[in-house]
Amino acid sequence: MKVPISWLKDYVDIDISIEELAERLTLAGLEVTGVEYFGIPQGEPPEGINLPPSDHLVWDRDKIVLGAIREVKAHPNADRLVLAMVDYGGDALEQCVTGAPNLFAYKDQGPIDPPLLSPFAHEGAEVYDGHASDGSRMILKERALRGIPNRSMVCSEKELGLSDEHEGILLLPWDEFGHFPPGTPFQDVLGDAVLDIDMLPNIARAYNIVGVAREVAALTGQRLRLPPLDVVAEGAPIAGEVSLDIREPELNPRFTLALIRDIELKPSPGWMQRRLRLAGMRPINNIVDATNYVMLELGQPLHAFDFDTLKERAGGQPPVIITRLPEPGEHLITLDGEDHALDEYNILVADTAGSLSIGGIMGGLESEVNDPSVDMLDAMGVELDEDAERLLHGKASARRPATRNVLLEAAAWNFINIRRTMQSQKMSSEAGLRFSRGVHPAMALRGLLRCIELMRQTSGGVVAAGHIDEYPLPAPEVQVDLPVSEVDRLLGFHIPQDEIVRILRALEFDVVEEGDHVRVTVPDHRLDIGTGITGQADLVEEIARIYGYDRIPDTVIGDTLPRQRANTALEREEMVRDALARTGLREIVAYRLTTPEREAMLTPPGQPSSWPQSGYVTLANPISADKTVMRHTLLAGMLDIAAANARHTDRQLLFEIGSVYWQTGQALPEEPVHLGILMTGPREVPQWQDGRRARARMDFFDLKGVIEALLRELRVAGAVTFAPVEHSSFHPGRTAELRIDGRAVGVFGEVHPLVRDAFGLGLDLERPVVAAEFDLGALVADLTVLRDIEPVPTQPAVYQDIALVVDESVPAADVLAAILAAGGDLLEDARLFDVYRGDPIPAGKKSLAYALTYRAPDRTLEDKEVAKVHARIVKAASRRLGATLRA
Amino acid sequence: MLEQLESTYTQALAELETITHSDALHDWERRYLGKKGAVTLALRATGQLPKDERAAFGKRANEIKNALADAFTGREEMIRQHELAQSLEEGEIDVTLPGRRVPTGGLHPATQTLRRIYAIWAEMGFQVYRSRDVEDDDTNFTLLNIPPHHPARDMWDTFHTTTPGVILRTHTSPGQIRAMHDYGENGTAPIRVILPGMCYRYEQLSARSEIQFNQVEGLAVGRHIHMTDLKGTIAEFARRMFGAEKRVRFRGSYFPFTEPSIEVDVECMICGGDGCPVCKYTGWVEIAGAGMVHPVVLQNGGYDPTEWSGFAFGMGPERMAMNVNGIKDIRYFWQNDLRFLEQF
Ligand SMILES: [Zn+2]
Repeated sequence: MKVPISWLKDYVDIDISIEELAERLTLAGLEVTGVEYFGIPQGEPPEGINLPPSDHLVWDRDKIVLGAIREVKAHPNADRLVLAMVDYGGDALEQCVTGAPNLFAYKDQGPIDPPLLSPFAHEGAEVYDGHASDGSRMILKERALRGIPNRSMVCSEKELGLSDEHEGILLLPWDEFGHFPPGTPFQDVLGDAVLDIDMLPNIARAYNIVGVAREVAALTGQRLRLPPLDVVAEGAPIAGEVSLDIREPELNPRFTLALIRDIELKPSPGWMQRRLRLAGMRPINNIVDATNYVMLELGQPLHAFDFDTLKERAGGQPPVIITRLPEPGEHLITLDGEDHALDEYNILVADTAGSLSIGGIMGGLESEVNDPSVDMLDAMGVELDEDAERLLHGKASARRPATRNVLLEAAAWNFINIRRTMQSQKMSSEAGLRFSRGVHPAMALRGLLRCIELMRQTSGGVVAAGHIDEYPLPAPEVQVDLPVSEVDRLLGFHIPQDEIVRILRALEFDVVEEGDHVRVTVPDHRLDIGTGITGQADLVEEIARIYGYDRIPDTVIGDTLPRQRANTALEREEMVRDALARTGLREIVAYRLTTPEREAMLTPPGQPSSWPQSGYVTLANPISADKTVMRHTLLAGMLDIAAANARHTDRQLLFEIGSVYWQTGQALPEEPVHLGILMTGPREVPQWQDGRRARARMDFFDLKGVIEALLRELRVAGAVTFAPVEHSSFHPGRTAELRIDGRAVGVFGEVHPLVRDAFGLGLDLERPVVAAEFDLGALVADLTVLRDIEPVPTQPAVYQDIALVVDESVPAADVLAAILAAGGDLLEDARLFDVYRGDPIPAGKKSLAYALTYRAPDRTLEDKEVAKVHARIVKAASRRLGATLRA
Repeated sequence: MLEQLESTYTQALAELETITHSDALHDWERRYLGKKGAVTLALRATGQLPKDERAAFGKRANEIKNALADAFTGREEMIRQHELAQSLEEGEIDVTLPGRRVPTGGLHPATQTLRRIYAIWAEMGFQVYRSRDVEDDDTNFTLLNIPPHHPARDMWDTFHTTTPGVILRTHTSPGQIRAMHDYGENGTAPIRVILPGMCYRYEQLSARSEIQFNQVEGLAVGRHIHMTDLKGTIAEFARRMFGAEKRVRFRGSYFPFTEPSIEVDVECMICGGDGCPVCKYTGWVEIAGAGMVHPVVLQNGGYDPTEWSGFAFGMGPERMAMNVNGIKDIRYFWQNDLRFLEQF
C-alpha cells in the first residue's frame, strides 16, 4: 500500500524524519518496503539503520521554485513558442521561452490575474529531460530559442519526476496554491515522499491512510485527527426514492445508501488526482475518484450507481436494492467483461430486474456510472485490460448521456465469504482485497458520509437529505478483561500499567482500569481482536509492538528442561550419509515431485514393472507438467540428475536419502525413507601420470563394494545375503537383492541399458550405470550398537593359497561358505584374489583362488596342523560343491 | 705359483682403483674373491704345492685375500658415498606437478546447513522431531488457527492433492500439533523440539522462490516460557550460526498460530550491516518468523493456555545458506549440478 506523507499529515503531525518513521512502522509490523521521494532529499537514516540510496531528482531549493506567470507573449519568430513572463520572487519578471500548449490560450491576452502558478527552474537547475524516454537528466543552460535568449524554464510534471506527463507545463490551481509566495522553494510546495507498506493479512484496519496515521500517532505520541463526516445535504430527502432488502445478514450485515443529484461528471480536482496517483490509482472522473479516494483514506470500499439506470430498470418506480444469493444457474457479466457462472454462496447486489454487482468485489457491466468522456471505468479499483477497455468503449458510445444522479453504496460483507468468492470466481479488485481482510461494519456509514460530501464538493451536485442504513446484524462490541500480570506472563518482563493504558488508548481502545486489571473495549474499526484468552494475547501483541520489540530484553529459558529423547531414525540416517560420503559418494537432494510417465520409464516398454504397485499422491493443482505427483522412487530422479551432469562430468558417484510416497488405502500416504545410490564412469579418477589411456569403468562390483563397506561401517547386526534377482529396471543377469536376516532391503545392480538410455544416459554397453534403491528403515533397523572388539593377534599367521575349480553355476558365496565352515577356528580369513576361466580349466568350470590366513590365538601353528586343516577344506569343497584342487 | 698370485694381486688392486660403479665392484669381487675367484682358487690349490712351500704360500695367499677384502670394503664404501651423493644431486622432481587426485565425497549443502542448525539447537536442549510431508488440511491449517477460507490462507500458496483435505505441507508448523500430541503427555509435559522437513508451495520457480524447500520449525512449551526467552534464544542461535558479533532485531509481524508474532532479522552476513544488494541495502536479513504460540494452538495441542505458554519459530536453511555463501539462485539446490555441489 502506498502512503503519501502529505496525505498522512492531514491526520497526524509527524515530528520525526521520514526515514525514522519508516523504521518505527516496520518494527511495529507495518513493514515499509520502500520510500519513493518526490523532490525532497532522502534524510539521514536512524542510528544503526541503512537505507538503499535513492537516486531520485532533488529539487534544488534555490533553483527550482514556485513561479507565477503574469503574462504570456507571442514569440516574434515562432508560432509554436510563447514567452512566459514569470515572477519568481526576484526584482523583475523573468522571460521564459516555452512551447507548452497549455499557455497558448493566454498568448497576448495581457496580464493574467490571478497569475498561473507553475514550477520554475533557474539556470543551472537539474531537471529530467522532457524529451528523453530513458530518464536522463540535464542541467539548464542559457541558449537562444529561435533568436530569443533563454536561461530558465517553466516545468512539466515529467521534468520534475512527478509523472510522465509532458504535454504541457504543470499548472497549479490558484485557490489551492495561491497562498505560497512566488519564489517559494518548490520542495515546500509539492515535495513529498510515499511509503510503500507491505500490509499483512491481519492488518486491514491499517490498510488505509487514517489507519496508518493512527499507528503513527500511537508510535510517536502524537494526536490522531479523523476526517470530517459532516455532509451538506440540502436536496429532497432520499427516503422514498429507494429501498433496501437484505436477505442474508450473515453475509451482508450492513448496507447504507446516499443519493446525490445533478452532478457534473468531470475530472476531479488536482489535489485529489495527485493523491490518487501518488497512492497508485489512476484518476477517472470526480465520482469514481471520490469512491477510490475514500477507500484509500478510510479503508471502506464504495460503489456508485447511475440512479437513473436503476429507476429505469424499476420501471420508473423507486428501485429496491436487494442483496441475495444467486438463483440456480444465474450469471453476471462484470465490468471487466468476464461472464461469471455464480456459485451458491456468491452474494449479489441486485434490483428487481436482476443482479447489479458481486457484493463487495466488482460491479456488473449494466449499472455503472456512465461517463462517455473516458474510455475506462475502474470503480472498486478493478484493473481493466485492453479487451475490457474496448468492450466498455464500444458500449459507451451507445450509452445514454453522462450520469446526472448517483446512488452511493457503502456496505459491510462477511470477509471469509468475500475471499471464497474471489477465489472461486478468480477475480480480484481493490475493494475485494480490503473486504476479504475484514472491514468493520461501522466503517460503512463513515465511508458513505465522507464520500458523498466529497462528491458534492467536486461535482456541484446536491446531496439528498438523510441516508438509508440497514444494519440487521450489528457487529458485537468486543470486550477483553486483561490482567496486567498476563502481559508479564507472556512477555517475560514488566511494562508499567500506565504505559499499557497509554498504548491501548492511543490505538483508540476504550480502557477502564480496575485495580490490576484493565477492561478493554475494542474500537469499532477493527475486527482482529478476539475474546477471552485469545483477546488477551491479541492485546499483548498490540502493547508489545507499540512499546517496541527493540526494547524487549533477552533472557535464557529458565523453565524446566523437558525429557530428552534420542531421534534414532535421524541418527542412523546421518550415519549412512557420513559412511557414504567417506566412501567417496556425493549427496544429492532431488525434487520429490515427478510424473507417473517419468517413473514409468524405469521399466522398458512392454515389460511388467517390478516396482511395488500402489497409487500416487497426485496434485490437484500442479504448477508444471513435469511435477504432477509425489515420487515412488529415488531412482528416476537420480537418473535424471546423472544424465544432466553427464554433459560435463564423466565420473559420478551419487547418493540420495529421502522419502518416497505411496498412496495406500489411507487418506495420507506412506512415506518410507529410501536410500538411492548411482555410480557411473571410470573407476579411477584420471591422473596425469597415466596419460590418455582408457580407464576401466565402474560396474556391479564397485557398487557392491560400496554397499559392503556401508554394511561394515553400520555394523548391521543381521545376516547379510545377496541374492540374484530379476527386476524390470535392471540388467537381468546383473542384479541382486540385499537381504538382512532373509528380509529384503532393496535391489541393486546394473541399470537396464534401455532404462538408462530412456533417461538420456545412452545405450553404450561399455558405459554401465549401476544403482541401488534401498528401504533405509530396513537397512538400519538392527545395528550392533555395543561392539565386541577383538584383541590384536600376538601369534604369527601362516599364509596359504588355495585354488578350487567348480562348475560355473556354483556361486562364489557357497565356495567361501564351504571354506570357512571347514576351516574352523584356525582359519582366520579367506580372501578371494582371482577368478579364472580358460585353458587348462575345462569349459563350464571356473577356478576361484583364495588367500587363506591360518592362525591360533595362543601358539605358533605347526606346518602339519595347517596341512590338516587345508586338506579338510579341499575335501569339504569337493564333497559339498564338487570342487577339485587346481593343479 | 706365488709369482702368479702376486701378479694377480697387483692386477686386482689396479683394477679396483678404476672401478666406480657398484655393479663393476661386485663383478670384481666375484672374479677375485668369489667362490671361483682367482684368489679363492689359489688358496684352494695350496694343497697341491710341495709341503715346504705350503705354509708360506698359504700365509701370503691369506694376506692377499684379506688385503683385497679390505680394499674391496674401502672401495665399496667410497662408491656407496659417491652414488648417494649422485642420487641426491640428480633425483630432483618438479614439485609443482599436481599430486595424484584422491576422489572425495561430500554432503549436500542443505544437509550441511541442517546439521549446523541441529547442532546449535541440540546444545540448547531442542531435539529433532520429524513429521510427514503429505499432510491433512486440518493439521496444516485449521488446528493452527487458520480456519477454512480464512484470508490468512493467502499467506501460503498450497499444493492440493486429489484426495480432499490432503495437501503438501506448506510449512513445518503442523509438526507443532503432532509434537504436542506425541510428547506433551496430554498437556502436562514441557516440550523443546525442532521440526525440520521439506515443505512445498505453489509458486513459480525463480531465482528467489522454490516450490520445494526445507524449513526448521522450533517449539518450546512450558509453564514459564516468555517472549524474552524467545528473543534470547533466537539471538543466541544467530550468534552461533552467523558469528558472535551479529546483532539481531525483532520486527512485528503476523502469523495466525503465534500471538504476538514477529520476524527476526540478523545483521547481513555479506556486508555486516553496511548495506548491499543481498540485504536490499537495509543491513538486515530476515532469518525467521516467530512468536508466542497462539492460545488456540496450545489448546489444540492439549495444553491449558492460561497456565502454559510457548514460543515457536520457523527458519529456512537454504535461504540461510544463500545468505551466508552469497548464492544467487535458489534453484541450484535441487538441480544438483556437481559443479555446484562440489564447492561445499
Ligand atoms: Zn548486506
